[in-house]
Amino acid sequence: MAATDVDIFSNEEKRNLSLGGHVGFDSLPDQLVSKSVTQGFCFNILCVGETGIGKSTLMNTLFNTMFENEEASHYQNGVYLRPRTYDLQESNVHLKLTIVDTVGFGDQINKEESYKPIVDYIDTQFENYLQEELKIKRSLFNYHDTRIHICLYFIAPTGHSLKSLDLVTMKKLDSKVNIIPIIAKADTISKSELHKFKIKIMSELVSNGVQIYQFPTDDEAVTEINSSMNAHLPFAVVGSVEEVKVGNKTVRARQYPWGVVQVENESHCDFVKLREMLIRVNMEDLREQTHARHYELYRRCKLEEMGFKDTDPDSQPFSLQETYEAKRKEFLGDLQRKEEEMRQMFVNKVKETEGELKEKERELHEKFEQLKRMHQEEKRKVEEKRRELEEEMNAFNRRKVAAETLSLSQPLKKDKDKKKSVKTENQSGVNLSNSKVMMAKANMEPLNCQSWWQAIQCCTCLVHSDAWRQGLF
Amino acid sequence: CNRNDKQYVGFATLPNQVHRKSVKKGFDFTLMVAGESGLGKSTLVNSLFLTDLYKDRKLLNAEERINQTVEITKHTVDIEEKGVKLKLTIVDTPGFGDAVNNNECWKPITDYIDQQFEQYFRDESGLNRKNILDNRVHCCLYFIPPFGHGLRPVDVEFMKALHEKVNIVPLISKADCLTPNEVKKLKDRVRDEIEHFGIKVYQFPECDSDEEEEFKQMDKELKECTPFAVIGSNTVVEARGQRVRGRLYPWGIVEVENQSHCDFVKLRNMLIRSHMHDLKDVTCDVHYENYRAHCIQEMTSKLAQDNRTDSPLPILPLPTPDVETERLIKMKDEEVQNNHH
Repeated sequence: MAATDVDIFSNEEKRNLSLGGHVGFDSLPDQLVSKSVTQGFCFNILCVGETGIGKSTLMNTLFNTMFENEEASHYQNGVYLRPRTYDLQESNVHLKLTIVDTVGFGDQINKEESYKPIVDYIDTQFENYLQEELKIKRSLFNYHDTRIHICLYFIAPTGHSLKSLDLVTMKKLDSKVNIIPIIAKADTISKSELHKFKIKIMSELVSNGVQIYQFPTDDEAVTEINSSMNAHLPFAVVGSVEEVKVGNKTVRARQYPWGVVQVENESHCDFVKLREMLIRVNMEDLREQTHARHYELYRRCKLEEMGFKDTDPDSQPFSLQETYEAKRKEFLGDLQRKEEEMRQMFVNKVKETEGELKEKERELHEKFEQLKRMHQEEKRKVEEKRRELEEEMNAFNRRKVAAETLSLSQPLKKDKDKKKSVKTENQSGVNLSNSKVMMAKANMEPLNCQSWWQAIQCCTCLVHSDAWRQGLF
Repeated sequence: CNRNDKQYVGFATLPNQVHRKSVKKGFDFTLMVAGESGLGKSTLVNSLFLTDLYKDRKLLNAEERINQTVEITKHTVDIEEKGVKLKLTIVDTPGFGDAVNNNECWKPITDYIDQQFEQYFRDESGLNRKNILDNRVHCCLYFIPPFGHGLRPVDVEFMKALHEKVNIVPLISKADCLTPNEVKKLKDRVRDEIEHFGIKVYQFPECDSDEEEEFKQMDKELKECTPFAVIGSNTVVEARGQRVRGRLYPWGIVEVENQSHCDFVKLRNMLIRSHMHDLKDVTCDVHYENYRAHCIQEMTSKLAQDNRTDSPLPILPLPTPDVETERLIKMKDEEVQNNHH
């Protein structure tokens, strides 16, 4: 049944009936209560403030326990959020408490991006819940709700006004989460200064349009206390886990040389007011506001982004399911188209690459052929040279053999020839070996000339010489 | 008769003469205060000098401070005590660390300090030196917030940018939000971090070995107490039958001058009663001399590009060297060298 259908029924007159006896449905709230007690409650607190301002100490003081904690360093590169979940029990009520700390907030020299991790964290918790809500098979009753129900913003007790970072951050958070600003370490501000400080802070928040959480005044049971508390914002708190003996009682306090600041003394600080408001009176309202206001805003923005509308152009109510189906079809169609595109692109790319590869292969082949040819050319040349060399060698060998046989056949004449050849050299400078050969040759064949010198000079005799004919000299 | 009497010359009266002349001349002191707004700087200055220097100042809203730039403001007052005149200048740095993006927010401050050095350098090198105005910053009180676990990145960067230009005295401000244990823990932490980051804060001079024991003991206590944890107040309250400067709380009264409440008295004694002149001396002898030497070195390195070795230090700071003169000098130099060989 869509929202507009209810209108049909509201036009009908509602009749009040009086009961004849006790029916018993007045036990409904009790049934609700017992069910919620069995289920257990869940509460998520976000603490935003500079390092060392007292966030962990205040949590310990509020819940009267020691949550484990290491001291944070001032030298973080950026802001990051540290959620820790604890299971607490009081009487028979179970509370799943998550405390989210902002580590490194306010420490960087450039704080322009400091608010981003905080906003992202809050949005992520909303997103997770939205996803669960949109599931087909969902189990919301079992779901661990991590959405932030309250943001405690810790203001440094300067006594002047808000810091610029405080203003910027609160403006970014006020539409996403319930903010309660508190003045931390308030034992450094005197009463008169505190009054001025609170007024200044509230006026700055108002003039900059920052919406902080207002304690609800529509429920008669709590109107009075809530409206008086609203006037005390921001709460000036002091936290302590140490106990000091005051009079005959031991109370949580801070001991100074000039006095003892008691945490639960309402004339010392507003801790008691904070505890009343936050835990004892309005915890449930905070959860409700988170779900009904901040979460709904987030959900609406998110869905509008995705293209959902409440009514189509014909003013007919859209069902979420139909819209969702249509969106899904569209999305799948888109997906398919994109897939086709990608496949096409891929095929083209493959073709291209193939072409390139083929081209390269051809080039390589050509190169190979060329190299082969060169190699063969070289080989041929080498072969030729080798042949030439062989020929030369053979020729040389033949000459050698010839020379040897010549010398062997005429051993006696050798000395005489030698002398003559010596003489010859002295006389004319003719190469000795040549003349020797000639002598040898002259001895092999009959010469017409009487002396070797004449023999050399005589062409006819030379012509007859075998050796000459063979071209040995 | 006493031999000493006969040999008494009389120059033992010199200290008295110095005293008389200095009273006549009067003293001046420039104190800078730096730190984020809301840490009690103005209140502390008022408490230190028992006056109200900041009567009509306007504080900015958070919105106006988002993109605030750092200003330098000066307040000068003439105060007199027992015939001794003091011209006190307080240099304030509104806007430091208050914007969302504080990159290099200390630059206007370092520029201011350098400007004062430069002005003094010019005056000192000038021809008429009778009435030199000394506007150099003698001491910088840096206010560390007591809300954190120690020094923050902006504190470290600021002190490192200034520690070689001015005497830095770090203070833990608004110490009435810390119990005695917490004060001790924070002081130890800050001292460790100062050493770790190599920050050179103002060191008290060692006392002479021939000083009285009491003085030595005081000196030792003083040194172990740094950084001083201070509280300031603009109001006078009634405590223990007396009217004192203090802060009135529902749970008690914090007395500014009570040594068991905070280190205000130690700071005042150190700053005004014992070490004021030493702060001035260190500024003149160390920080200013460093600046001067650095300046001169830069100038001579420009001149040395003309291949002049052993160039004499210029008496006057020359913005651009006289080209003609340079050339002439160079020529003569070479002549001399040639003759020498």
